[in-house]
Amino acid sequence: MPIVLEKIKEKFGAAVLDTHSFRGDDTALISRDKIVEAAKFLKEDPELDFNVLIDLTAVDCLNLDRPHRFEVVYHFYSIAKKHRARLKVPLTEEDPSVDTLTGLWPGANWFEREVWDMFGVKFNGHPNLQRILMYDEFQGHALRKDYPVRKRQPLVGPQN
Amino acid sequence: MALDLKPTRSETMFLNMGPSHPAMHGIVRILLELDGETVVNSDVEIGFLHRAFEKMAEQGGYWQVVPYTDRLNYVSPLINNFGYASAVEKLFGIDITERTKYIRVIMSEISRVADHLTCVGATAMEMGAFTVFLYMIKAREYLYELVEDVTGARVTVSYARVGGVKSDLPEGFKEKTLKALKETRKVLKEVNGLITRNRIFVDRMKGIGVISKEDALAYGITGPFLRSTGVDYDVRKDQSYYVYDRFDFDVPVGEKGDNYDRYLLRMEEMEQSMRIIEQGLEQIPAGEINVDMDGRVIPAAEMVDEAKMGHTSGLVQLEVEADPTLEGTSERFYGNIHACSKKLAVPPKEDTYGNIEGLMNHFKIVMDGHGVKPPKGEAYFPVEGANGELGFYVVSDGTGTPYRVRVRPPCFTIMSALSKMIQGGTLADIIPTFGSVNMIGGELDR
Amino acid sequence: MGFFTTKVNDVVGWARKYSIFQYPFVTACCGMEYMSVACSHYDIDRFGAGFPRFSPRQSDVLFVVGTISHKLAPVLKRIFEQMAEPKWVVAFGVCTCTGGFYDNYATVQGIDTIIPVDIYIPGCPPRPENVLDGLMKLQEKIANSKQAL
Repeated sequence: MPIVLEKIKEKFGAAVLDTHSFRGDDTALISRDKIVEAAKFLKEDPELDFNVLIDLTAVDCLNLDRPHRFEVVYHFYSIAKKHRARLKVPLTEEDPSVDTLTGLWPGANWFEREVWDMFGVKFNGHPNLQRILMYDEFQGHALRKDYPVRKRQPLVGPQN
Repeated sequence: MALDLKPTRSETMFLNMGPSHPAMHGIVRILLELDGETVVNSDVEIGFLHRAFEKMAEQGGYWQVVPYTDRLNYVSPLINNFGYASAVEKLFGIDITERTKYIRVIMSEISRVADHLTCVGATAMEMGAFTVFLYMIKAREYLYELVEDVTGARVTVSYARVGGVKSDLPEGFKEKTLKALKETRKVLKEVNGLITRNRIFVDRMKGIGVISKEDALAYGITGPFLRSTGVDYDVRKDQSYYVYDRFDFDVPVGEKGDNYDRYLLRMEEMEQSMRIIEQGLEQIPAGEINVDMDGRVIPAAEMVDEAKMGHTSGLVQLEVEADPTLEGTSERFYGNIHACSKKLAVPPKEDTYGNIEGLMNHFKIVMDGHGVKPPKGEAYFPVEGANGELGFYVVSDGTGTPYRVRVRPPCFTIMSALSKMIQGGTLADIIPTFGSVNMIGGELDR
Repeated sequence: MGFFTTKVNDVVGWARKYSIFQYPFVTACCGMEYMSVACSHYDIDRFGAGFPRFSPRQSDVLFVVGTISHKLAPVLKRIFEQMAEPKWVVAFGVCTCTGGFYDNYATVQGIDTIIPVDIYIPGCPPRPENVLDGLMKLQEKIANSKQAL
């Protein structure tokens, strides 16, 4: 098992729900109350040294046969050690919220705003959780599987 | 009696640099709070070009996403195409042929040079150096002619396929490319003489838009922006993909993280990209294929008609001449550029038009409901885009339609740091900083 | 009397068609072809349309280049209303003509649902020769229309 996954399992034990290395990408499914600690561990541990948060996104698992509705996906990279890691947090439909990472990486600010805009996942403690890609009058969350692709909500012009 | 000139009350002014403004980089709205000319605070609003790439990618098959990808970073469309195709290939777990890797590297580098030309040209134009813009666009036209020879289109190319590329390089490509690179080098030399030590240009770019190393890493910035602060991270060297490890090229790294460093870095990167292209053209395997076929040439449509009429004798031996737009897709070239996998690659055109197995193979790949079906899972593949690390994260559920395609846009993180970079500077400093950010709307808003 | 007014009409039309001040409302990939058209290889300056005016009050032709999303539509409408008569609109690229292949929740399906359009230049993006052809058609339209003085 690659070193990243070993260390995470060792430290967080029961909170790690699943791990895999499909096609060489080390991935760990971790429960949502431990995500900030896990990210901090990845950043500060000298052997792992993940200093860049590359990406923060979400997947709507409505049609994938999984017990949870959303998965928030975090990608990390270490410049010195040249390895990558992916953490995923499963969230249910009734309470899609997770703690923000803006305390550790200010770059997470805009990524989290985009996830809120497109999926409706709330980030507790975010300084400014507003829509970023769509306009404020837009109703609904566009990238959810149950939002029809052609449903337009025009501000000016006809409804077509 | 002297006038008492102390201000009794002062307040800051709010100014809107609206979505449509002359700095021809795309549409962004910056709401500024100004105290005189100094920027006290700012709020950057994006999303004016949101075209729902990620939602459209979930509607069709894996191949139908490729035209959407070239409208992401439309100044260097080939890099996006290849990034997406590689992410899906990673999901499959297959490896592409040698010649495809070389072709992808050469075309990516040509795109990268075009991107840097546009960026530097537009930045210089906004500072008043209009001639530089004209020279750079002239050089870019030579590159567009090359791209058009290979792919058929200038800007939106859709050249990548999962498992290979659409068609092979045409004959005479090497000479044309070397000539175009020579002209580009001339243009770069002229531009260098015009602005690199020009007092006005240097004064407006040096010391402006500074970002520190720690801030750049904290915001997740990559690419020329990060390298200008002193961190040496280039996906081509650190997480090498295709055949980049066989080339001898340098990655320029700056020191101060200001606009001038980024300008010099981009000029140097163009030179290095041209070195890579030249080495690639030398090393590319399976060069000219000289096959002398002694059969007559017959247009494909005629062959099908003859076969329908029942005149099939002798048809199999004929060489089929497919439509000129399908040049480079015939059997002689096909094995060189497509991964040998029946599930992924359409058969060469002689087989498609010639025999029923080829036609069925083609049908199964192209029609709805069949098509390219990767195994269930997820994969992330990063490539070095012109602005930084461009990553594609593809989730598949085993059917022919992608479940989720996510683009990690390099300029998204840079734009989130823009507010910090312009704070404390004057209003006129926003323009060169914004120019060196190289914001591409298609990539930022997707 | 009728002869005199038609001659004035022709002269004014001739002057207007060769001095087009464009407002390039550039958003997306068509902007790359717009840059190519405006620069030395496919020179738009020889048609008299070389100098873009970046203020709607000072320009006569609004070139809408690139996809318009619903977030940007009110801005476009406002800019069109700020232009002074006589004004013309060119829809450059298929995203402005009909929405292109972006049939989704975020894209306006053709700007003629918001503002009146005079010339449509389809293509994704249109080749520079297409653009010059469209521009010549615009010039014909300007020359042949009734000039309000």
